[in-house]
Amino acid sequence: MAATYRISGHGRLPQTKTARFSFDGRSFAGVEGDTLASALLANGVHLVGRSFKYHRPRGILSAGAEEPNALVQIERDAARKTPNVRATVQELYDGLTAHSQNRWPSLAFDVGAASDRAGGMFSAGFYYKTFMWPKAAWKALYEPRIRAAAGLGVAPDQPDPDHYASRFAHCDVLVLGGGAAGIAAALAAAETGVRVILCDEQAEFGGSLRFEAGASVDGANGWAWAQASVAKLAAMDNVRVLPRTTAFGYYAQNFVGLVERVSDHLARPGDGLPRERLWQVRARRVILATGSIERHMVFADNDRPGVMLASAARTYLNHYGVAVGRNVGVYTANDTAYAAAIDLKKAGINIAAIVDLRDNPSSPAVDEARALGIEVNHGRAVIRAGGKLRVSSMTIQPKAGGGERTIPVDAILMSSGWTPSVHLFSQSRGKVAFDDATKRFLPGTYAQDCVSVGACNGTDDVTAAVDEAYAAGEKAAREFGGKAVKSVRPKAASTESFAGNMLGAAPGAGADMIVKAFVDFQNDVTAKDIRLAVKEGMRSIEHVKRFTTTGMATDQGKTSNMHGLAIAAETLGKEIPEVGLTTFRAPYTPVTFGAIVNHGRGALFDPTRKTATHAWAEAHGAVFEDVGQWKRAWYFPKAGEDMHAAVNRECVTVRKSAGLFDASTLGKIEVVGPDAAKFMELLYTNPWEKLDAGRCRYGIMLREDGFIYDDGVVGRLAPDRFHVTTTTGGAARVMNHMEDYLQTEFPHLNVWLTSISEQWAVIAVQGPNSRKIIEPLVEGIDMSDEAMPHMSVREGTICGVPTRLFRMSFTGDRGFEVNVPADYGQAVWEALWAEGQKHGACAYGTETMHVLRAEKGYIIVGQDTDGTVTPNDAGLDWAIGKKKTDFVGIRGLTRPDLVAAGRKQLVGLKTKDPKTVLEEGAQIVADPKQPVPMKMIGHVTSSYWSENCGRSIAMAVVADGRAMMGKTLHVPMPSGVIEVEVCSPVFFDEKGGRLNG
Amino acid sequence: MLLIRCPYCEEARPELEFRNAGEAHVARPSNIAAESDEDFEKFFFIRSNPKGIIFERWRHMHGCARFFNAARDTVSDKFILTYKAGEPKPDLTAIAESGPAAWANRPPDQLNVKKPAAKRKTTKKGEA
Repeated sequence: MAATYRISGHGRLPQTKTARFSFDGRSFAGVEGDTLASALLANGVHLVGRSFKYHRPRGILSAGAEEPNALVQIERDAARKTPNVRATVQELYDGLTAHSQNRWPSLAFDVGAASDRAGGMFSAGFYYKTFMWPKAAWKALYEPRIRAAAGLGVAPDQPDPDHYASRFAHCDVLVLGGGAAGIAAALAAAETGVRVILCDEQAEFGGSLRFEAGASVDGANGWAWAQASVAKLAAMDNVRVLPRTTAFGYYAQNFVGLVERVSDHLARPGDGLPRERLWQVRARRVILATGSIERHMVFADNDRPGVMLASAARTYLNHYGVAVGRNVGVYTANDTAYAAAIDLKKAGINIAAIVDLRDNPSSPAVDEARALGIEVNHGRAVIRAGGKLRVSSMTIQPKAGGGERTIPVDAILMSSGWTPSVHLFSQSRGKVAFDDATKRFLPGTYAQDCVSVGACNGTDDVTAAVDEAYAAGEKAAREFGGKAVKSVRPKAASTESFAGNMLGAAPGAGADMIVKAFVDFQNDVTAKDIRLAVKEGMRSIEHVKRFTTTGMATDQGKTSNMHGLAIAAETLGKEIPEVGLTTFRAPYTPVTFGAIVNHGRGALFDPTRKTATHAWAEAHGAVFEDVGQWKRAWYFPKAGEDMHAAVNRECVTVRKSAGLFDASTLGKIEVVGPDAAKFMELLYTNPWEKLDAGRCRYGIMLREDGFIYDDGVVGRLAPDRFHVTTTTGGAARVMNHMEDYLQTEFPHLNVWLTSISEQWAVIAVQGPNSRKIIEPLVEGIDMSDEAMPHMSVREGTICGVPTRLFRMSFTGDRGFEVNVPADYGQAVWEALWAEGQKHGACAYGTETMHVLRAEKGYIIVGQDTDGTVTPNDAGLDWAIGKKKTDFVGIRGLTRPDLVAAGRKQLVGLKTKDPKTVLEEGAQIVADPKQPVPMKMIGHVTSSYWSENCGRSIAMAVVADGRAMMGKTLHVPMPSGVIEVEVCSPVFFDEKGGRLNG
Repeated sequence: MLLIRCPYCEEARPELEFRNAGEAHVARPSNIAAESDEDFEKFFFIRSNPKGIIFERWRHMHGCARFFNAARDTVSDKFILTYKAGEPKPDLTAIAESGPAAWANRPPDQLNVKKPAAKRKTTKKGEA
């Protein structure tokens, strides 16, 4: 199909370079440099989507990032489907495939459009009013239906195959916006040698010079000057120029988030390029040159395809060489629309009429339009647009009422004035101020080191804007030590006029009119909706916004906010500044999750920690479990074994012969210094001063409130050196806790703390044969019971490698923990494994470790305790140094609630049926016949099948549990009540003789 | 992302390197075991949670690992100053009071909201 609306001799695109694309299955041809929107318009396609709520046909409103209507789905392949892409921003590439959204079965015939005719039902706040009854129907019926009918695009259902890049950058001057002002500011700063970053959301720099045919700089055409200047900037070492880069968020201390679209405009994605690049920039000064956005006119059926912003039509003509129609009407309250009409007229497009709401507009542009023979109607309003899938006419009427006249048109250009883009300024926490003369919000009080220049600062005229921007760039450069250079301030000139401005609904959409005059196109909010919200009691603009959802769509009300505010103010009978502006929030335009998440997904989402023996365990068939970031061997099934069988075998083997267990994930901290023992006395409940070097002790750490914080075996290597172990999960916070006290509460103590968790691999060898397995490999350590009793530590070598050899047990059997430098962990493990094989030892994992310790009633902090358990509750009073006058938690332990009767105490539970294994977390009651809700007196903390005991075992915390030994309690479960008997938590070898067995 | 100046490194570094560690200048009593329940409650549980300037502890976790103190405005998030642990609480009377809420772009009188009444008037007996 030939691009019938492409006008030869107009626009800047090389019209010979064709790019083919498809829209809703139809093939079209555009040219390189087109956006999807300009290419569609070149083919005469205005209808591109259906609206959110009423499913009304919609066209292309704008030529930029503010677009509320032309949202399409771009599909590259099965995984690359991007919804809600603005056709006005998407650059065309050969082979682009786009689909319209929110329509069924087709764009031209959409069943959902019935909601347009039933519009009365869908007024503001209709969700809150209409679907109130019956209550249950909301979840089951209304919500799913509404969600299916409303909504925008369809999210992709496959993982994102693209990759995203991330960069941090620092600069002296960050210029946001690359129009005439931004370029001038960047030039002024860059020439002095300071570091400059200049970015713009468009593919090419120039901003409104894209359409402003009447602007020139230094005697050259404005657009040409912009391209030459940016080329010059890009060639400078101290300047980074970022096109296709949107500043989406302005955060504290001049920290600005930019997202650069790297390959969405290329015919083939990938090829080593990221899809997008996230820039996190810290700037000494930010120069905001974000320009302004044209507003539409609010009149009946102003959303018909073909009705668009005047500047957009001018952009399509002057940049893309595309006419938006053949017979165009203009509706304005502003001079800029005249320039659009004049440019179109000169290109051979018929201008059916200009309708100006102002009574006596006078400017050179008005005169020129008249001179060209264009009909100018002033003091009149367009009261409605005709047509459905495409605008076909505009009906005009004098403002005060009177005779209507319908003029056939195929496009309407509209302009009610320009809204300065203060979004980023506002995000910087600057306060905007209402300028009464021009009826707009402008930057007022600054909160950060930034400055606004050009149209976003209310400086419309390009000459003044360039001057202002250049001065701001020079000032920043001076302050940041730029070298003195001869100023080459560009001289801009323009015939453009931005005079004229109106806010709110035009006369044809007045208070007593029942018409659809859209304020917010994307969320289908009309002038009537906003009036209704005020009438229904919404007084704050924030409430009006939420009730009507105006400005809450993905475009964040870039074209609609000021109209909505003006209508609310008028209905409230207040001035605009009294009503106030809603808050601007990041992101300025939608940002992909990919750019934000960036590399942090899959394996890089969270680090995976593996122990030194991980590869060995993998090779020996270990099943792993995640413990925090660690991968720990859970159990080692032999052929044909399930988890239950494997764990039973491991448990029996350890007690019969021995087992090897990788305990490297335990936290390890070395406490060193002349005051090391004093420090340990303060941080742990136990006494340490009298512990001999070479001996170990089980230590309990409390928080200041008296509750158990962590535990572990501590070995005293020397009078001034302790090797402290912590729980796996507690390693980092215990280190932090110790550092905190050492640095801030006990800084007088001469102690150093060093995390050695990663430095030592720990191989636990447990069981009656443990000594026989280790002894042949050890040098320099006498491992006899006399020389090395239970709870002692020795230093020597194993397999020729230095070792800290602990004799300790987390199983209740004779046991050792072999600490070796982590690099030798696997080699020593393999040597121990070879020795172990001679004695029938096994490797065991965390599940067996848990069962064996539970058989002995050893607690796991965080499983059997939950942050509200005291040493007494856990039956560990013996670990508190009775003569001590101070340790962290000593005062907390005497708090009234901690010494009161009725606290939950750790006990064992035996099910009456030994085969029944309780569920961990199950609640315990005294009397199962009591009415619901029952009084729960405790819960199960640990529960396992114990092959060694030949029955199930469980630990629990029960109110006054230690006074209930032998009593029967009940555990109500969905399948029935389980009877349990309270017992000691030690189920195996109660006398403890096996520690030396 | 905030920049926080570490008084030990003498450099402003990104917030990511730091961890907050609660209110500052809450000293652990030297004879804590003898504290009354009321005094222990004040020491352990009660915090000032001010709207405005708070003195709080930070740790340069991924840097020098030192704990230090900071005066920060809880409304604007702005750090007034940072100083080493153990140094006395600085006198900030010279520093201006907090501005409008951080999330508000305009002062309350421009926000179309009423300022909260300073204090409820005491009603005389017999009046509603």
